[in-house]
Amino acid sequence: MVDPGAFGLALLQDLSSIEEPRLIEWDWIRENFWEDIVPAIQGHIFLSFVSVAIALAISLPTGVLVSRYRKAYPPVTFVTGILYSIPSLALFGILISIPGITIGPTPVIIALVAYSLLVLIRNTVAGLDAVPAETIDAARGMGLTNRQILFKVEFPLALPVIVAGIRIATVTIIGIATIGAYIAAGGLGKMIFDGINRSFPTMIITGAVLATALAIFADLSLLALERHLRPWARRRRA
Amino acid sequence: MGAILDVLKRPDFFELLRQHVLLSAVALVIGIAIALPVALAIRNTTLGAALAVNIGNIGRAVPSLAILALCQPFLGFGFDTALVALTALAIPPILINASTGLREVSRDVIDAARGMGLSGGQILTRIQLPIAAPVIFAGIRTSAVQVVASATLATFIGGGGLGNLIVEGTQRNDTAILLAGSLSVAVLAILTEVGFGALEKGMTPKGLKIAQKRGR
Repeated sequence: MVDPGAFGLALLQDLSSIEEPRLIEWDWIRENFWEDIVPAIQGHIFLSFVSVAIALAISLPTGVLVSRYRKAYPPVTFVTGILYSIPSLALFGILISIPGITIGPTPVIIALVAYSLLVLIRNTVAGLDAVPAETIDAARGMGLTNRQILFKVEFPLALPVIVAGIRIATVTIIGIATIGAYIAAGGLGKMIFDGINRSFPTMIITGAVLATALAIFADLSLLALERHLRPWARRRRA
Repeated sequence: MGAILDVLKRPDFFELLRQHVLLSAVALVIGIAIALPVALAIRNTTLGAALAVNIGNIGRAVPSLAILALCQPFLGFGFDTALVALTALAIPPILINASTGLREVSRDVIDAARGMGLSGGQILTRIQLPIAAPVIFAGIRTSAVQVVASATLATFIGGGGLGNLIVEGTQRNDTAILLAGSLSVAVLAILTEVGFGALEKGMTPKGLKIAQKRGR
């Protein structure tokens, strides 16, 4: 006959001897903050920023061109649309199969640029389309050259739509950049992968939370920047 | 090229493809089953709609890898964990689109329907849902493409799918396996995009199509 009290006690001891895996080990975060976490954030910002910058350098001129030569618009959206729908891990795989491209930041940046093109070009064209024809006529009547009209009238008026595209592209890129760690591009994804491989939830959660926070922060900063670049909108609201 | 085809003929290829499609399809169906009723329930409340859009937007900021990885410590490795994560990923686009689509049905149209004697239920099924259908299906398409893409990442938490081939190819440094996995995932994603795009077009009521054409 087993004494139920003793049995219960034994069970309790048994349970307490199993070490509870804690979700967040704050000690680990404190110890590795400067050595691991900060460089991961910096690496992630670098990957995302370079990709958005290159994508913009391609998309803005392309957007202006296809808004003028309308026939080129459907093929451009078709090609960038196909690029956009290729899953990132697959695109990384295809890129590193190309001789001369090795694992590291390069294929990841190429892929991130490819993903941004669709939304950036589409929003540039939509933004330029929305500029009223009368405004452009008025600018021409005032003697502005085509170049001046583009830079002083069309771009400023198209800005909200273009920035909306940049915001979507940036949030997408920051998310996808985490997967880049799988092919040795570094960044916050490395913490997520290391956390999975070591069964260490603290690393997974830290990487995931920081990547999400970075995306939200970038989104809100771009929104603030857009407001700042449109003083007339601020004045009207005031 | 031949080496890639050899990989596609491997007996486990079909099994991985089956897992990938099953994961994506089940996650999408459960996602629709959750997001649509919620969107319907909150269609007449401003607070609910704002909440849905905000939750959806925050959901979009969480990287898909993060959602899959975050489920692992709680649910362990395996197919079911990946399914839960992918379902969570499927919900936001459908919720946002269904919620805004239903709200953007013009007040005048609903008033006209009420004036013609339609009941609340009739207005929903004959007016609001058909008019919102293209927007709702656009959300389902976004969600489907995202789920098929993210199912590739299921491999990292032991969920299987075609991502297994990409990982195998990378680890063994075998370009044929890597390309077989990558290209089949890419084709599957593009087919999903095209297929759901056609569905979206098919679900647009005839009257709306005429209006869209005139608008352009």
